[in-house]
Amino acid sequence: MSILVFAEHDNKSLKADTLKTVAAAQAIGGDIHLLVAGSNCSDVVEQAAKVNGVSKVLVADNAAYEHQLAENISLLVTELATDYDHILAAALTTGKNFMPRVAALLDVAQISDIIAVESADTFVRPIYAGNAIATVQSLDSKKIITVRPTGFDAVATDGNAEVINLDAVKDAGVSAHVSDETSESERPDLGAAGTVISGGRGMQNGENFALLEGIADKLGAAIGASRAAVDAGFVANDMQVGQTGKIVAPDLYIAVGISGAIQHLAGMKDSKVIVAINKDPEAPIFQVADYGLVADLFEALPELESKL
Amino acid sequence: MKILVPIKRVIDYNVKVRVKADNSDVDLANVKMSINPFCEIAVEEAVRLKESGAATEIVVVSIGNKSCQEQLRTALALGADRAIQIDTEETLESLNVAKLLQKVVEEEQPQLIILGKQSIDSDNNQTGQMLAALTGMPQGTFASAVSIEGDKVNVTREVDSGLQTLALNLPAIVTTDLRLNEPRYAKLPDIMKAKRKPLEVKPAADFGIDLSSRSNLIKVTPPAQRQAGIIVESVDELVEKLKNEAKVIS
Repeated sequence: MSILVFAEHDNKSLKADTLKTVAAAQAIGGDIHLLVAGSNCSDVVEQAAKVNGVSKVLVADNAAYEHQLAENISLLVTELATDYDHILAAALTTGKNFMPRVAALLDVAQISDIIAVESADTFVRPIYAGNAIATVQSLDSKKIITVRPTGFDAVATDGNAEVINLDAVKDAGVSAHVSDETSESERPDLGAAGTVISGGRGMQNGENFALLEGIADKLGAAIGASRAAVDAGFVANDMQVGQTGKIVAPDLYIAVGISGAIQHLAGMKDSKVIVAINKDPEAPIFQVADYGLVADLFEALPELESKL
Repeated sequence: MKILVPIKRVIDYNVKVRVKADNSDVDLANVKMSINPFCEIAVEEAVRLKESGAATEIVVVSIGNKSCQEQLRTALALGADRAIQIDTEETLESLNVAKLLQKVVEEEQPQLIILGKQSIDSDNNQTGQMLAALTGMPQGTFASAVSIEGDKVNVTREVDSGLQTLALNLPAIVTTDLRLNEPRYAKLPDIMKAKRKPLEVKPAADFGIDLSSRSNLIKVTPPAQRQAGIIVESVDELVEKLKNEAKVIS
């Protein structure tokens, strides 16, 4: 069997989520190729060639792929699909965007957001915001799959794959990139951080998120937020952890002023150690926390920062 | 400009989901059902575009048995002009839903199609993108802002790195994220008026599409439960536990 894995990257560096998607491909088993589609992405290609378990890196380096527009990427992947039994991408915003398009162009169903591989055609995925876990067998000859990265452990990066440049350029010409608004942060990516500290509605406003920053700096943590905090306009959506935001599973997750709505838990309950700081002892977050501290966050956070 | 808004009837957002004892599926007997929250945002966005003068007609469509007429009436009360129910007793996969919607698009010729980015039951996040592929339209998924600019629509998308704005040629497909708008509540006179708005029923079988399933649902189980831990009395105790017991900080 042969498996094509779509590499998640920003034209500069390969995202760790790709290493986890390759792990899912290894669990399926077969000859694994990695597709790097981007523009001026040679650094990514270099990193991709080192991913363990990958025999070939296919490179589509063209301006048409710079912003990974779904219309263009799906045409590229659909053409490559002939040679593969499985096509995998991380279930992040890029993969979620273009993969169903590939599936429809190939006239196959897609299995979204898998967290485990049972066999080459049977996969496990959460439904109902993680309140139920479905085991699904695909009957299609070609499997189009998005992978929840937190379900898999990253493969190592001391491999040496062959690099093949593709010259076909697919530009559907129906969509154009206008602008990006990216949050610049010195902190690690939410999805890749070993420690995450998140604030909820209890933070009261955006300025108070500064209370989390000192702790995040000391722990090398990423800062997240609940949907309530995002919807209230405290912080930007790219910080949202939850069913409709980012799914994280760090070694340590600290939830501050977060009640623990099921939709938030869906995004963090696979963290190894969960700490909850909330003044309401009845908050549902305490039911999933390893360590709960019933306290006013405005007193507890400065004290915690000083004691780390 | 005509806008098509496909909507889905799903378990209500506030209902606690339970898995059936035989692990065949989740138990939906006698639970409250509602319009999928993302679909409600899609309806609201269409209504706002009509109110702003950018759109002239809003058609809502839902696929399911007679009970989904309830959600279509809700959408009509919110401001949609007419509704189509594609009648089937089957639970269809996203690809088959997209194929049926493709036929509706061919017939209705909308300039803009707005869908929810995912339904909160199957959490697939596929239908809008699949419909875009089948109709050859560009797509703006996970939208937090939509504006019509001549023969294009500008869509600001919520992506992992922040926000990305795209310009799409019309006709186009938009899927909604949570911050696109806050849906209104239907007023009583509008609910009454909605009862008289046209609602057409078309049997799914009449569309001539193979709607057979491409997958087997082998089992559905409850998720592993996390054990509640301990309540610590102080920040000092918390730091001590994290250092010496959990060993996650040094």
